[in-house]
Amino acid sequence: MRRFILNYLLPRFVQYLTVIFVGITVTFIIPRLSPTDPVAAQVSMMLARGSALDPQAVQSMRAALTDLYGLSGSPLQQYFAFWGRLLRGDLGPSLGNFPTPVSQMIGQAMPYTLSLLITATLVSWIFGNLFGALSSYYPKNKGLKVVEILGQAVRPIPYYILALVLLVVFAFYIPIFPFSGAYPIGIHPSLSLDFAWIYVQHSFLPAATLVLIGFGGWFIGMKSLTSNIISEDYVVYAETAGLKERKILGNYVMRNGLLPQLTGLAMSLGTVFSGALIMEIVFGFPGIGSLTLVAVYRNDYSMIMGIAIYSIIGVATAMLIMDLIYPLFDPRVRYQ
Amino acid sequence: MFKVIRDLFRYDGRFRLAAFFLTAVTVMIILSYVSPYDPDKSFVVAMDMPPSPEHIFGTDSRGQDVFWWMTFAMRNSFFMGVITAAVSRVIAILMGLSAGYRGGWLDRFLMSVTDTFVVLPLLPILILLGFLLRDIMNQFLLGFILALFGWPYDARLIRSQVLTLRERAFTRTAVYSGTGPFWITIREHLPFVMPIVLATTINNILWAIGFEVTLSILGLSDLTRPSIGTALYWANQHGALVAGVWWWIAAPTLAAIVLALGLYLLLTSVNDYIDPRTRLRLIGG
Amino acid sequence: MALLSVNSLCAYYQTELYGISRTVRAVDGVTFELYPNEIYGLAGESSCGKTTLIKVISGNVKPPLKVISGSVDYQFGSYAVDMLHVPKEDLRRNVRWKEISYVMQGSMSVLNPVRKVIKTFEDIVETHDQITNRREFLEQVTAHINRLGLPTEVLSSYPHQLSGGMKQRVAIALATLFQPSLIIADEPTTALDVVVQRGVLQMIKDIQGASNNTVLLVTHDMAVHANVADRVMIMYAGRIAEEAPTETIFNAPLHPYTQHLIGSLPMIGERSNKAALKGTPPNLANPPSGCRFHPRCPYAMEVCQTTVPDLVLVKQRHRVACHLIKEASA
Repeated sequence: MRRFILNYLLPRFVQYLTVIFVGITVTFIIPRLSPTDPVAAQVSMMLARGSALDPQAVQSMRAALTDLYGLSGSPLQQYFAFWGRLLRGDLGPSLGNFPTPVSQMIGQAMPYTLSLLITATLVSWIFGNLFGALSSYYPKNKGLKVVEILGQAVRPIPYYILALVLLVVFAFYIPIFPFSGAYPIGIHPSLSLDFAWIYVQHSFLPAATLVLIGFGGWFIGMKSLTSNIISEDYVVYAETAGLKERKILGNYVMRNGLLPQLTGLAMSLGTVFSGALIMEIVFGFPGIGSLTLVAVYRNDYSMIMGIAIYSIIGVATAMLIMDLIYPLFDPRVRYQ
Repeated sequence: MFKVIRDLFRYDGRFRLAAFFLTAVTVMIILSYVSPYDPDKSFVVAMDMPPSPEHIFGTDSRGQDVFWWMTFAMRNSFFMGVITAAVSRVIAILMGLSAGYRGGWLDRFLMSVTDTFVVLPLLPILILLGFLLRDIMNQFLLGFILALFGWPYDARLIRSQVLTLRERAFTRTAVYSGTGPFWITIREHLPFVMPIVLATTINNILWAIGFEVTLSILGLSDLTRPSIGTALYWANQHGALVAGVWWWIAAPTLAAIVLALGLYLLLTSVNDYIDPRTRLRLIGG
Repeated sequence: MALLSVNSLCAYYQTELYGISRTVRAVDGVTFELYPNEIYGLAGESSCGKTTLIKVISGNVKPPLKVISGSVDYQFGSYAVDMLHVPKEDLRRNVRWKEISYVMQGSMSVLNPVRKVIKTFEDIVETHDQITNRREFLEQVTAHINRLGLPTEVLSSYPHQLSGGMKQRVAIALATLFQPSLIIADEPTTALDVVVQRGVLQMIKDIQGASNNTVLLVTHDMAVHANVADRVMIMYAGRIAEEAPTETIFNAPLHPYTQHLIGSLPMIGERSNKAALKGTPPNLANPPSGCRFHPRCPYAMEVCQTTVPDLVLVKQRHRVACHLIKEASA
């Protein structure tokens, strides 16, 4: 047991901390690369938008910004202050919705993004792997070939483009699905079946786009994995021993093929997350993606930074969780 | 070389399709050099006219001919992708080769750096970067920045290839004959590494174009230079969909799809041809 | 009454990719019989067609392998099976493992890496029988593997926790679960050290002695054949070169190839140099004309280049395919 912790858990945990550390440091350094004084530029931009703020408010905003940008004190002091605030969960106020704290706005948006992300990832992973394995085991099946072609055709298309196509086709020309948002204006989110149905309708297209693009990737990966596994000794042995096809497929082929795909799932989280953000932007889904869009338009620097930090921590944590789950499936890692 | 192309063309439908798409792309890029319209000038033709024999893709709300504007867009997007791929290849090769060959602490250090980069969710970071650098951002800078993030996955691949090569006899021979490690890496190992590099190059181009489209749509790029992304940005700005100017959206979308599919089909068909394991699998016919 | 009758079997690999077609004639006209209660050895160098022959006999024909002509007929007591035409479901349920079982080459990886060993036992037993009483089943399996010299802990371990020799013995234990009429052992001792080899071979002998079934032992290691086999068949380039009782093969081989094989075995006390056969094993996609051994045969004659020698019965249970022999008895 101790060896397991040393050899497996510890390095991964260290990796986790390293990623977060590097990611956040990068986020810290980046604004310092900007050629202009961010505080002054920010304030002048906000004033130029015609928001009538009295000098007191401008002063406090300037102070908050300086604090936020961490520009008070020497670089090292700034760095520590930055971490200090971070560990307290303080991401600063949103400049677009001053003075609502960024963390609060992210917190509100998070559930939407998460639900989209988790559903789409799981669906595309499960079905992509399933069909990929099947297509490898039954290479002559016409239906599977069609699925393969479709999955492959969609895969290289940039997220935005595909989302746009689906939006135009299914929300514009054949108005099955609603155009944008997670729920129509004027309706409050609630834990009711009615709302749930509305939510499903609205989230179907963005989720479907994510699933479509992800599906092809998992399909191809699993297909080539499976074709290698099929020629492995233990599968040939199971066949020779007369085991039923379904049993072989389930317990021998898929069980072994899913292991590297689990690792792959962890590695793909960063990309899928980016994809989800794009989906939200196209479909007006009130998750973190839309938050980002608004932040860019309003020059809400603290929001963007907060989102960046949040994303890094979120994805790294998700990866760590996956790393912790993996030994449950692979006995070779469990018993060294 | 030609035999390979001939075989692929004759026997692999994907390659034929890829050739068709990529020819279209190449034609558009070449046409951009003889465009009758200057992409920087706006309001040179009547606005919002649907596709017609005179304007193949119609005109947009800024008074520009969509087709000729797209030739520039195609050119810029594609070249940006190539820049990203080229620069990140160099970094990936350097990292992969040194980590693989040297091993030891250098390997472990480089690998943890690589893994860190693989995990980081790029979009938020790029948005942050784009946001801060939007004044000086253009396609080439973007390509360069993307290259700084696009190498980790491929560096890993190269490294594992080098690890297998390191133990081979010809490496030992080179070492014993006194060749310095640098020249061993370049002269002996590089030829083995090149196929992997080529395969991942196309992938990289696709990846870069995807990001360019996304960032430009958000307005975080040089919006005066035509590219597939900026086309969509301007179309959105002018509410093209709502105003019924559908061709302004359709053209860059189509361009993106043709470019992406062309590159991807090329990638898979060539990959299947080269990789012996896939060949073995296909041989069962 | 023959257990297995193989007649003029031809099985080729046919490949087609990017416009290049190739036909590899792996098994080209093989005829032989297996009888109950014997250990039959199949010998030959790499790529002589042994593995392909085994695949066809055990019903594992998958593209690009194709049976072109010939027949493979089994007689398990009163149950007759035409291997080439038997329906898949019958094959799976009644023949596999119950009548014919398999010990694979390099049994290092025949066990599913992500499941405990006992699960594999369960899977195989459940396929052919119902497990009604789980405790009884466990007791029987434990007794079975204990009899074969394996400790009980093996059942609750994962494959990667076992040594190579243990895995091989587990494979043999699995193969003998239903006491099949025919056990095919494909290179069971390769990649094992000599001590373990001896244990495995002893195990095979014991099993065969106890259940009086047939073991088809495939290996290129002639020493193994000398140790356990009753009869030996030598294959070369997809055809049978010679087949005879073990003693005859080792003491009085008739085919030049067999003579060379036997002659190349080191003997204690011998100091002379061994001569290697000239040439290389033939390319089965483009085999030599006539007798496929003629490019490397020290006694090759003109007729050997043009005509394929028939497999003739020279003495009781001794067959040879060589023009030299035909000439002599003519």
